[in-house]
Amino acid sequence: MDRLSYDIVIVGGGAAGLRAAIAAAETSHSLRIAVVSKVYPMRSHTVSAEGGTAAVLRDYDSFDQHGFDTVKGSDFLADQDAVEFFVRRAPGEVVQMDHWGCPWSREPDGRVAVRAFGGMSVKRTVFAADKVGFHMLHTLFQTSLKYETIERLDEWFVTQILVEGGKAVGVAALELRSGTLHAIGAKAVIIATGGAGRVYEFTTNGAIKTGDGMALAYRAGAPLKDMEFLQFHPTCLPVTGILITEAARGEGGYLVNNRGERFLKKYVPEKMELGPRDILSRSIIQEIREGRGFQGPYGQYVGLDLRHLGEDVINRKLPMVRELAEEYAGVDPVHEVIPVRPGQHYIMGGVHTDITGFTGFPGLYAAGETACVSINGANRLGSNSLSECLVFGAEAGRSAAAYALTVPAVGSNPVSALVQLEETRIFGGLLKREGGESLAEVRGEMQHAMEEHVGIYRSGETLEKALARIRDLRRRWERVGVRDKDPFFNTELTATLELDFMLDLAEAIANAALLRRESRGAHSRTDYPKRDDVNYLHHSMAYRTPTGPRFDKLPVKVMKWQPAARVY
Amino acid sequence: MAGTGTTRTIKLRIKRYRPERSDEPFDQEFTVPFRDDMVVLDALNYIKDHIDPTLAYRWSCRMGICGSCGANVDGTPKLTCALYLKDLRRRPVVIEPLENFAILKDLVVDIEPFMEKLESVKPYILRPDDRPLERGEYRQTPEELDLYRQQSLCINCMLCYAACPVYGHDPKFLGPAASALALRYELDSRDKGSEERLAAIATEHGIWQCTFVGECSVVCPKDVDPAGAIQQLKTRAATRLMKAMLLPLAPR
Repeated sequence: MDRLSYDIVIVGGGAAGLRAAIAAAETSHSLRIAVVSKVYPMRSHTVSAEGGTAAVLRDYDSFDQHGFDTVKGSDFLADQDAVEFFVRRAPGEVVQMDHWGCPWSREPDGRVAVRAFGGMSVKRTVFAADKVGFHMLHTLFQTSLKYETIERLDEWFVTQILVEGGKAVGVAALELRSGTLHAIGAKAVIIATGGAGRVYEFTTNGAIKTGDGMALAYRAGAPLKDMEFLQFHPTCLPVTGILITEAARGEGGYLVNNRGERFLKKYVPEKMELGPRDILSRSIIQEIREGRGFQGPYGQYVGLDLRHLGEDVINRKLPMVRELAEEYAGVDPVHEVIPVRPGQHYIMGGVHTDITGFTGFPGLYAAGETACVSINGANRLGSNSLSECLVFGAEAGRSAAAYALTVPAVGSNPVSALVQLEETRIFGGLLKREGGESLAEVRGEMQHAMEEHVGIYRSGETLEKALARIRDLRRRWERVGVRDKDPFFNTELTATLELDFMLDLAEAIANAALLRRESRGAHSRTDYPKRDDVNYLHHSMAYRTPTGPRFDKLPVKVMKWQPAARVY
Repeated sequence: MAGTGTTRTIKLRIKRYRPERSDEPFDQEFTVPFRDDMVVLDALNYIKDHIDPTLAYRWSCRMGICGSCGANVDGTPKLTCALYLKDLRRRPVVIEPLENFAILKDLVVDIEPFMEKLESVKPYILRPDDRPLERGEYRQTPEELDLYRQQSLCINCMLCYAACPVYGHDPKFLGPAASALALRYELDSRDKGSEERLAAIATEHGIWQCTFVGECSVVCPKDVDPAGAIQQLKTRAATRLMKAMLLPLAPR
């Protein structure tokens, strides 16, 4: 074990983390910044985002309209001060990305182009074909190389936030290639590790999306907010869960049942395919339950029909949709209907922060999908999340920088001593384990329980079942053996640590869902099918205790827009 | 992946390397259940989950965009998430780490040399001045975007380096992906840093090393055509050189 020291340590190298790093570097040249990531930054899951990033750029649009769309989409659970801040900052971030070289798609006159997106009342979603996340991530990563004060610790797995005297003072991280655990001292820590989709069985999220940052902050003492709100994206390829972007509908694609009907006319007649994701996913499940789905080898699905768009539009605006459909579903969308079904895609909840990215825990900041400010409330609108990574990534970077500049150097404080316990836990404990339980089995059962009992629809009964399963799986995790005893590049060891994190999150999600006895946005309780503003217009705050999460309430900030019926 | 009742199996031979156990890589065979919709990565995941959890390899998005999961399959560099087992003819299917890289463990190779090359081409917009954000974006027409769009699609998967015989002989060679990235910024109408960037890449181990074998473009999963990119860069660098010789005092 050895010891490194920085002013700011950023955990995660996706859009939010890299944007934070650049913002901090631009705040002061005197700050030493480290981006610590378990993968090389260009592998981060931002890379898989497809459709676009929302910002008010046109005369026909306004901050009020973007704000209202976002608040209505959130089923009035978003904090309206945060939403106002967000919509005002988003356009500048899009322009900044242009100046850094992002290959945005363009209008004939050279302006950045916009497209339609679900729940957005006008065209305001900026895009780079349908590889928006990929282009944004590579642009941010390549731009970050310009800054000499940003150092990277690639393929370092953070196992713990180091806390001393009630403050975050750094992290413990396992350098994969050497198998060494390092103590990394820092005046401020920013968590930006993205979502936690791998808690579920059927998800669009990549293998690395195990919610590490949420669990790290939760264990350090920061609360998790609104964990019951998970987004299920309506259009994923059956079996693999690979995402087919909402841009396919933004560009005019249809959702059809087995009779060839555009069935959304029964559910969201005004918006049709451009309705919000929570309602569309429930509509698809309803169609399937009523016998109007297509039967496939792995269950039922509905169709996404792009044929009327023509080959030219598909190639120019949706090249990745064509690539993915051909490669992973064996259909060419120019000539055939793409099979799709809803799948876990995003978590609205996360580490509680204020507008500046501060978690309330001294020295600890968070941004991106990991964080919950909340601009997304009970349901996020498509294309708000990439903008969120930019706006709040930058803000967290600036706040952490301002804070770090006021804090005296982390002199010879005992971060090394703190990490010794962690070293013992990992190398003395986990790595030596000979238990009889299988990692893949325990993980698979957790994912299945979440899918079955904490899915698009849940009830008190299913949630109690889920919790019982999760508690049992937690006990079984203690007996998971690790067969690979080599300390370096031990992906079995890191997967065991990831499962440890995910079990914490699964418990928080199911518990929060059980306590919210109403249906709001993406949280649909079959036993409480109505929204209940009298009792539940608040955020749920989960604090970790040895016996499970303890919950608190936080009022929603309602300003311009009073809660109203959410009709599309 | 969800299993359906089938008993077909497929045999894979994986080259493994466990530096703590032995100095040399060794082959190990595995037999896994096989369905037509399985990609090579599914087989690796099956082995890790059900047969041997010690197998080390990188993967994440499983949709051909994160660039993590490259390996040599039956001798050819491929993304294992985008290669169907049913399309492979040889048995056993031979899976090896990407060639031309040092192996860290099993299929995990050391890509640090590439990260240095990537950084060396100055892969960002260089301008003497940057217009204030309040004045909005730089105008760029769809035609101007098309000039560099192809080179902007590189996912840094390393397949081109594994296929490049020049890189195999000269580890200092800048190589295909980093060169394509240099051209991507060269052709971007917002960039004004050509002089600086070309000086960085037209060096002893830079683009002149390329003998236009073209294997990089054959194996590229995103049709970036790095071989073509290097030829374009050579032309640009040569033009710059000529100008410097003929018009030593003219602004370049």
